[in-house]
Parts: sequence; C-alpha cells; structure tokens
Amino acid sequence: MSEFFTSIFGGGMGSMYLEAFITTIKITVISTAISYVVGIPLGVLLYGTSSGGIFPNKVLNSVIGFIVNMIRSIPFIILLVMIQPISKIVIGTKIGDDAFIFYLVVAAIPFVARMVESSLKEVDAGVIEAANAMGSNNFQLITKVLIPEAKPSLLVGGAIALTTILGYTPMTYLVAGGGLGQLAIQYGLYRFQPKVMYVSSILLIILVQIFQEGLSFLAKKLDKRAKNS
Amino acid sequence: MIELQNVCKTFPVSGGSVEAVKDVSLKIEKGDIFGIIGLSGAGKSTLVRCMNLLERPTSGKVLFRGVDMASLSKKELLEKRHSISMIFQSFNLLEQRTALKNVCYPMEITGVPKKEAVAKAKQLLELVDLGDRLGSYPSQLSGGQKQRVAIARALATDPEVLLCDEATSALDPKTTRSILQLLQDINRDMGVTIVVITHEMKVVEQICNKVAVLDNGSVVETGPVKDIFLSPKSQMAKTLILPQNNEITKNMSQRIIRIVFDGQESSEPVISSLSLECHTAVSIMGADTKNIGGKAYGEMLLQLPDDEVSVSRIFKYLEDRKIGFEEVSEDE
Repeated sequence: MSEFFTSIFGGGMGSMYLEAFITTIKITVISTAISYVVGIPLGVLLYGTSSGGIFPNKVLNSVIGFIVNMIRSIPFIILLVMIQPISKIVIGTKIGDDAFIFYLVVAAIPFVARMVESSLKEVDAGVIEAANAMGSNNFQLITKVLIPEAKPSLLVGGAIALTTILGYTPMTYLVAGGGLGQLAIQYGLYRFQPKVMYVSSILLIILVQIFQEGLSFLAKKLDKRAKNS
Repeated sequence: MIELQNVCKTFPVSGGSVEAVKDVSLKIEKGDIFGIIGLSGAGKSTLVRCMNLLERPTSGKVLFRGVDMASLSKKELLEKRHSISMIFQSFNLLEQRTALKNVCYPMEITGVPKKEAVAKAKQLLELVDLGDRLGSYPSQLSGGQKQRVAIARALATDPEVLLCDEATSALDPKTTRSILQLLQDINRDMGVTIVVITHEMKVVEQICNKVAVLDNGSVVETGPVKDIFLSPKSQMAKTLILPQNNEITKNMSQRIIRIVFDGQESSEPVISSLSLECHTAVSIMGADTKNIGGKAYGEMLLQLPDDEVSVSRIFKYLEDRKIGFEEVSEDE
C-alpha cells in the first residue's frame, strides 16, 4: 500500500497521504461508533417516550428533545470551542485527534439519536402490537423486535451518519489534529500546494463512496423484506 | 373463560370523545368458537383488544378465568398474555425473521430453551402445513401462508384462547375456507377457545357456535349462531344475514319474505304445498343452502302476491308449520 502511494506521489508524500488516510478513517469510524453507542439508547428513548411510543412520557420526551435540538442547532465550529473545557476534563486535552473525536461525538450524538428515532418509527405498528399481544416486555420489544426490524433502515442511517461525520473531519485542523482534511487545508490553503488539496479531496471522495456504498449494500443484503433476498 | 361485564371504551378525540364500545357484557365459554360480527367501525377490534387489555376499558370488567385483568400487575398481565394469543388481519409477522424464527419468538420471550423451542416451532409449522417453508421469510410467503405462520406462532405458548381479529379479511374465499378449517381443527383437537372478529356472516356460519352482533359499539343480539340465522331479531343482524344488497330485492316494489328451513323441512315440498294450500302463486327470488354447525339449512326469498288475503294465508301457513320467516324491509 505504502509503495503504491509512493510510486504515484514520490518522496515522502506517499506515506503522508497514507497516514492521513488512515487517521481520517480512524477518527470517522471511532466517532461514529461512539455516537451510536450513546445515540441508539437515546434514539430508543426518544421513540419510546413519544406519544404513541412504547412507554410514553411527555416530560422526558420534551426534555430530551429540547437538549437534542439545542445541540443540533449550534454550528459545529462554535460547539467545538464551547466544549473545549469539557474535553480538558474528560479527555485530558483540548487538542489533537482524541479531543477532536470527543467534539465530533458530542455533535453527532443528537443527530444519530434522531436518525435512530426515525428508523424505529418506520417499524410497522401492527408488528409492535402483535409483540405486545404476545406479552413482550419493553426490553424484549426493543432488542428483539424494534431494532432487528429496523436494521436495514438503521444501516442506511449509519451510512449517512458516517459520511456526514467524515465531512466534518477537516475541522480537525482547528485543534491540530491529523487526517486528509487537515492535509488539504494545510497544504492547499496555507502552503499554496493545490495538488495536495486535490489529491486529499479525491481520497476523501473515495472514502465517502466506500462508506456509503458499503453500508447501503449491507442494508440491502440484510433486508429480508426484499423479494430477491 | 372470558367474561366481559359492562365494558365501555371511550377514546378522546379533538373536540370531544368517541364511544367505541358501549356497555358490552359477554360470556365466552371454554371450547366456544365465538363470533363477534359487525360492520366496520362497530367497535369489534376495540372490543377484542379489551379482552387482552391491549386497550384498557374505560369502565367495566374483563374477567379471564374469573380473574379481573385490570387488577393484574404489569408483569402478571404480560404473563397472562401468553395464554391469550392473537392473530391479525395484516398477519403482523416479524419481517426480518424466517417462518421458523417467527414461531420461536413467543417461546424466546418466555424463556423456553432454544433447542426445545425450535423443535416445537417445527412441529407447529408442520401442523399448519408449512413444514417445507421453515426458512422462508414473510416476504416470500403468500397471504394464506403468512396467516398460517401467524397461527403457528400464536399456538407456540399453548394458549387457552385465540383471538382472531379479521384474520381472513385479507384473504381470498378459498384461502379463507382453509384458514377457517384450520381454526376449527385447532379448536377441536387442542381445545383452544376461539374468538372470531369479522364483518362477514359466512365466516360466522362456517365455524362459530355462538355469535354476538355488534352495532355502533353495543351488542344488539347474542346467542347460538343457529338461532340468529333462523330468526334474526335486531335490525343489524337482519342486515348482516339477509341478502339485502341483492339487486333483485332492492328494486322490487312488492313485498319479499325470507324463509329459512332447517334440515328436516328441507325434504318437504314446502313451496309446492304452500301454493296448493293457499291457492296463490309465489315467485322464488333467490335460494341458498348453508351449513351451520354441521346442519344443512335452506333459505329462500319469496315475492308475495299483491292481495292482502293471500299474504295473510301464506303467513298463517308458514306459522302453522313453524317455518321461520321475516319480511325483507324495502327501505334500506
């Protein structure tokens, strides 16, 4: 892999791209994964507490909904600055890749929670009623009915979340993190080497394609509603 | 088995409330195939959901084997629901699970060991004639097959009662008959009490032994199917039973009566004798035979002559021979 990049770009550039490529994947995948670990329960809570949900609770729903909407409405770049002190406490630093992952996760959780909520809403009410009639408790309803039935939609949502988070990774240059976006801005903007910017961007495009198409393919393959499965 | 006492269910809607079920009292005995019939919007589906408390009655009591369902804790209620299974018009199978896994679901949630559950699920799918479709997903099955899977799934927890909410309404007549036959077999062989919600009289005729007629949220008539078929008393029962939507009866200016024979009289030449004895002719507008509870019944629509004297003679003749009849009202 390294030789491949070196042969195209010559000198030390190849390994620089490779490193940035891997860093971007690392940041994106880890942030998305953590966002989902928190976002799925939060999405379930949003869905469940809504009127007509499986455990309606108007107060809880409004409170969570308000917080989620609030974080979502703050532009990422401002949110990042706002929560730097929290990062200092939680991560131990305000800068670098790890801190940047923290910023991404905070920004992505509300987004992921809403995506999960909307996927769960797609599950047929009749199926939920049937599961209720069979005497399922809420935990069984969530883990055995709602999430498995919403799986294809959740995966499609995952592809959107992954590519959206990827789109935010260039901001990492603000906190001295690494990655393709940082490379593009660093070289393209400040060192007047547009070639690096173009190559980085192309690599980003490839990455988006891989994430998007890969997960969409998976979603389609795992969806048993499709006749051709 | 299930007893409803003065059950009411009111739904709040914007600017008021809707009374879906009004003061319904019913008693469903063990071993019954109990039909609840009514037009759309009569409150049938709400009523059946009150039986397993998917809908909580606004007032009144639901007793299951003498236990007040509303008094149970959440946990106890969920456990009770394992004894009261339900099937639906839209089947409501888990789309992402195979037929086998669908049937396993109720056993998964009740903690049956996996091996045992799979063995039982296979056995149940064989019972419903789907032994060769274990690995099929719902999307690969026809409507009738899906309902069979749903029935197998409903039987997985050895229920005492099976609630069927318009279970055959989405199926064609042939498939409907086979599903009803299956339900009847289950009732007979496994002793499962069945409650059938439907808007079709022929479903009730084919399998039910008792029926309650629901109109606008209230039970207007209840009793053995045979009795209601022979002499419907309420307007709704007549509407559901009589072939009123028949164009022939609609456009006639003359009076039309419906007479019903039970198996015995069917062998006598009733119409011929009637004509001879009453010295008048009647036109047969329609005739049908039906099998209710294994007994053959004939029903016939007769157009009465114009003169009152003949009509009263015909009525007297029918009354003397204890042949049930009623006039098909013209105004509906």
